[in-house]
Amino acid sequence: MNPTDRAEHAVDHAAAAARFVADDARAHWHDQALWWVRKKRDVASSAVPDWELLRDAAAGIKAHTLSRLAAYLEQFEQQATSRGAQVHFARDAAEHNAIVHRILSERGITKLVKSKSMLTEECHLNPYLEARGVTVTDTDLGERIVQLRHEPPSHIVLPAIHLKKEEIGELFHAELGTEKGASDPKYLTEAARGHLRQRFLEAGAGLTGVNFAVAETGGVVVCTNEGNADMGTTLPPVHIACMGVEKLIPRWQDLAVFTRLLARSATGQPVTTYTTHFHGPRPGGELHIVVVDNGRSRQLADPTFRRSLSCIRCGACMNTCPVFRRSGGYSYGWIVPGPIGSILAPGRDAAAHRSLPFASSLCGSCTDVCPVRIDLHHEILAWRQEIVRRGLLPWPKRAAMKVLAVVLRFTWLYRLAGWLVRRVVPLLPRGLVYGRFNGWGKQRELPPMPRESFRDAYRRHRART
Amino acid sequence: MPTVGLFIPCYVEQLYPQVGLATLRLLERHGCRVEYPEQQTCCGQPMTNSGCNDEAKPLADKFLRLFAGYEYVVAPSGSCVSQVRNHYQQFLDGRPGFEHLRRSTYELCEFLVDVLKLPRIEGSFPRKVGLHQSCHALRELRLGSGSERKVAPFNKVQLLLSELQGIQLVELARQDECCGFGGTFAVNEEAVSCMMGKDRIADHERAGAEVVTGVDMSCLMHLDGLIRRERRPLRVMHVAEVLAEAEGLS
Amino acid sequence: MPGREELLAVLRRNAPRETPPPDLSRLGVKYADPLEQYALSLKGVGGACLRAADLPAAERALAELPACREARRVVTLVPGLGQGNVDLASLSRPHLLEGLDLAILPGDLAVAENGAVWVDASRLHHRAVFVITQHLVLVVNAVDVVHDMHEAYARLQEQPIGYGLFISGPSKTADIEQALVIGAQGARSCTVVLVG
Repeated sequence: MNPTDRAEHAVDHAAAAARFVADDARAHWHDQALWWVRKKRDVASSAVPDWELLRDAAAGIKAHTLSRLAAYLEQFEQQATSRGAQVHFARDAAEHNAIVHRILSERGITKLVKSKSMLTEECHLNPYLEARGVTVTDTDLGERIVQLRHEPPSHIVLPAIHLKKEEIGELFHAELGTEKGASDPKYLTEAARGHLRQRFLEAGAGLTGVNFAVAETGGVVVCTNEGNADMGTTLPPVHIACMGVEKLIPRWQDLAVFTRLLARSATGQPVTTYTTHFHGPRPGGELHIVVVDNGRSRQLADPTFRRSLSCIRCGACMNTCPVFRRSGGYSYGWIVPGPIGSILAPGRDAAAHRSLPFASSLCGSCTDVCPVRIDLHHEILAWRQEIVRRGLLPWPKRAAMKVLAVVLRFTWLYRLAGWLVRRVVPLLPRGLVYGRFNGWGKQRELPPMPRESFRDAYRRHRART
Repeated sequence: MPTVGLFIPCYVEQLYPQVGLATLRLLERHGCRVEYPEQQTCCGQPMTNSGCNDEAKPLADKFLRLFAGYEYVVAPSGSCVSQVRNHYQQFLDGRPGFEHLRRSTYELCEFLVDVLKLPRIEGSFPRKVGLHQSCHALRELRLGSGSERKVAPFNKVQLLLSELQGIQLVELARQDECCGFGGTFAVNEEAVSCMMGKDRIADHERAGAEVVTGVDMSCLMHLDGLIRRERRPLRVMHVAEVLAEAEGLS
Repeated sequence: MPGREELLAVLRRNAPRETPPPDLSRLGVKYADPLEQYALSLKGVGGACLRAADLPAAERALAELPACREARRVVTLVPGLGQGNVDLASLSRPHLLEGLDLAILPGDLAVAENGAVWVDASRLHHRAVFVITQHLVLVVNAVDVVHDMHEAYARLQEQPIGYGLFISGPSKTADIEQALVIGAQGARSCTVVLVG
């Protein structure tokens, strides 16, 4: 076993998914909601004549960047610093959290507004800061909703997709004083607007993620719809921008490729409402850029899983995944769920996340929607091999495969096994055949047992003709 | 006259011989000399799909030994052909005969369209038919353009079916969503697998299908299992069976 | 800084074989009528497009908009347009802009494929003006409508970029049951006037 593998807190996707599916109406509602987002993506992408060429370009830019990542990081740092930004480097989550906290505590800042950053979720920044006396307000509407509910987001782009408006209405009644029973999205959004505006006005610093960091100019780009990232970075004087090293792109001109792909893939919009480019702090303010590794460099070294470092966190793979739609983000037990999460999470802790690569029918739809052409379903399959190699496949499955392998190797055994199944199963009482050990038979009939195998039928066919 | 090694998926061999027969008859009707190497068993996909590649290797070796000599190898299965075309190089790369085998192994419909270049299948099948797009056939073998990519639309299976007299191909709400079989996924993630299958069935029923067809009997076996348990008014038939019936080959 | 040195070293050590950057020259879209496409795109994202032959015509068009008519506190950074009564430079903090009804700002270019306008906000005395305002009007010369983002970024490369952004329509969210709500935390409306 790999020294980084830990068996504690193992996520059982199948069990979590079964619980999700058990609420049939709700599971179908969740499935339809995300399918609708997938369809919006289809409409948007089909309106772009060079869509497939864009995907090729994006994949090529990312591959090139990863092959010169250190050089681009140095260029980025030099450019950003020359414009007055302060660039910090964090090797892991602990260093990232300490750096962010130090920036705040050195300035006596106790109120922070945040706009969406999956990286900060990955590092568990919020509880770290709150334990040290910083009030953190997540300001994306969906993120604020789940923050008030003390739960993580269930989707990287649509954090509250798992919640019904009535549930949000109840939450806002309790926390924001909205009318009891009110669930109109416009009314609730308006209430959140007023509530969050107060937070922006009182905050000492604003923290954002980074969608793209441009090495050529030293700029960071943040793509959002609500205006919260821009409120959070134009009111408080201190802006902290947190980014994984893989967010780098080489040139200003490359932004055209990614800004044409990102929103269309994520939500079906042609572009986000705000695409904000920060180069250095505003006059009298500060811009801190925290660059984080936290396992990305290890992934860079791995030829099988390197391509998934290109991920631009659009969520399209989640929306198209028939399994994600019917199991929900919480079934994956990691901050980034769905197909991309099933590749990244085992990279962090294969033992804890060993069920994720098997939470897939390998349909390949994710690979065909990924804007940066990550070979998602191939990497998911590769993880299955890795899990077996590390001895993490549950022994009953391993044993079953070994037995099956023997039966299939020896033609006489294969024929005998088939003959027995065809002869014996029809004779057994139904209760025995469809007992608790028949996983197939819980909701499905077994195939009707034919009288002969194909070989028998073939021989008869040849005898006749 | 092309010579074809007939490659029969293990579940067709053991449980759906009529699909193999239909395939055989279609190939012979359209001018092929067909042989069925009797020692064949399985392409090894259940093993590779579980990450157990060591267990799959002997099966890849066996496959190469049995099928290396044929001009073409044809199987009524997208997933088995994908295994040979896309997943065998890790076991057989560089071995004599493998490159030829890889390039000449075909799923039945792509063989009829691309190699035999049939102008059409003559025959009638006056039924309302739902075409289930099996994922490996669609996205690994590219038998069709798929709903995700922006490419000129095409679908080899639909092409063959749409030529049949009287056939009505129904319009599904989700034209190529996965059925949920996924190999061992069908048992390991039974709840999601069955919800996916039931959703596909409901789509076909709402669209008015009487027959659900596809190129992979594995998908159809899963859907049929659900259909029969729930007593839905649908019949599953492999595309080979549909085409053979239309041509009067049954 | 040990973190920096170690990070750069491990990225160098673990890098794959170098691959060249792709050729981007075949990318892009061209519209037969980019101005018409721009108006269509902007409408699609919840904004409104007005055409005006000149600034006086723009002034008349804006006077028809309820958001402009009812605005009590107004910032205008387009000389000759709007009845501005808030002087950004006179405010000590951007927080004092809370309650601003209308901001009229100049845009350097507009993008037909997605309804966006590039606003160079580095010159703004208070950057928050474009997001804290209840309603937003952006003014762009019609000759500065470009087809797509490739063209937009190429044109912007010619000038030094400090702080700038593409604004495409009003602020919005669909975070509650995927129901689209126009006017989330930024401007509730976005009107773009193409002049000339």
